[in-house]
Amino acid sequence: MDTSTPDPAAPGAARTALLVLADGRFPAGGHAHSGGAEAAVKAGRIRDATDLAAFCRGRLHTTGLTSAALAAAAAAGVDALALDEAADARTPSPALRATARKLGRQLMRAARATWPCDALDALAAARPRGAHQPVVLGVTARAAGLGPEDAAHCVAYETVGGPATAVVRLLGLDPFEATAVLARLAPELDQVARRAAGAAHRALAEGTGTLPAASAPLLDITAEAHAAWPVRLFAS
Amino acid sequence: MTTAPADVAPAGIGATARITAVPDGLGGTRLPVLESDGPLALRRTRGTGAYARVTVVGAMSAPLGGDRLAVEAGVRDGAALAVDSAAATVALPGRGGRHARYDVRLTAGADARLRWLPEPLISARGSDLRMITRVELAASARLVLREEQILGRYGEEPGTLTTRLTVHRAGRPLLDQELSYGPGAPGGWDGGAVLGGHRATGQLLVVNPDFELNPPETTLLGDNAVLAPLAGPAVLVTAVAADALQLRRVLDRALRTFG
Repeated sequence: MDTSTPDPAAPGAARTALLVLADGRFPAGGHAHSGGAEAAVKAGRIRDATDLAAFCRGRLHTTGLTSAALAAAAAAGVDALALDEAADARTPSPALRATARKLGRQLMRAARATWPCDALDALAAARPRGAHQPVVLGVTARAAGLGPEDAAHCVAYETVGGPATAVVRLLGLDPFEATAVLARLAPELDQVARRAAGAAHRALAEGTGTLPAASAPLLDITAEAHAAWPVRLFAS
Repeated sequence: MTTAPADVAPAGIGATARITAVPDGLGGTRLPVLESDGPLALRRTRGTGAYARVTVVGAMSAPLGGDRLAVEAGVRDGAALAVDSAAATVALPGRGGRHARYDVRLTAGADARLRWLPEPLISARGSDLRMITRVELAASARLVLREEQILGRYGEEPGTLTTRLTVHRAGRPLLDQELSYGPGAPGGWDGGAVLGGHRATGQLLVVNPDFELNPPETTLLGDNAVLAPLAGPAVLVTAVAADALQLRRVLDRALRTFG
């Protein structure tokens, strides 16, 4: 192991790495995606901060939990290609599979430059058009000396942070209100990250079939319609 | 099975109905195993073509809280089986607030065909049901499977309903989805990401090895439903609707095209 890699056993040792990876400015392309919020705004399902909170909460406990568990499992050392296959089975929407692979490819570029390692190289070689983003994030977290729960936190936060930021732009929602929505979700984010990490440990012993598969019908339906819009502010 | 039962209510019913379908050697299908159990009564009904047809009757008053019901259907190499039901399944509350469990285990061998088209599952107020459907398909098997969840009887608040549908094809995962609704589900299930106030949701899954060469294209079926190809040779219709009737209308449209 490279001497610059922090010891994950030491408490807080990799805290800065977690901040770097979770930072919205980390150049992985996530800012171009609304997590389904653009379609929900257009359909009138998000009109204010209350709707945004319900949207984010639903997304967190469905696709958020599923993605966080995939990332946690990758960070725990579960085979990344098996997880990529599990992610496909958990993503029935072709538009969302394409988005997940595109984001995975972008994250892979940033991650290999930031925390170069054999595991990232191997995954990039096996999935040249991109692995699912949560899987790449989990492998990246491991490379950065982070643990499964850290990886799950990153993904869970991104699940709600993306829509909240997007709705500020789409609705002109007060950014303070949007941030308050995220802050109020914090206990549930922690809970989802813990559940995801628990599921990851189980997957190490019992395989990827035991990972959560929580899904959200409206996100799957509207993602396809949104991908066909001729003009849109966000890529997904 | 991915989760162990939390507990078994002494008052709950445990019942497993079984179907095995095999080719009859004359181009049709016979059913050497057709076992009813408890509230799950199976009747052989008139099929079409090579299909043997089985109708599940009498499940109307089940599952109650604490019940553990299961249906197992095995379609052997070259056989064709169609299963439907006479009425909707209504999940009702039981004594002691225990959850009920309903397991469906389906297998289809080489060149086997399975049509699994039950009536909807209705989650009545105060009920708590976990339904787990596991499907194992050989690479050349064909499947048509419909699931419909109705949240509450007419004008009623829903119970708690969790359904998981896991489909493997040639030993690899093809589709894995869990849906959770109602007062016992995690928050946000009725928000704009999940159901957005709709009270009926459903899926139609069609697995057909021919899709390997000619995958169907994504098709929007109105504002609240989409037909989309999975990562394997299969399409999934995902729909939400105001009620059971509107939901069935959308799923039937896709069934006519691909079923």
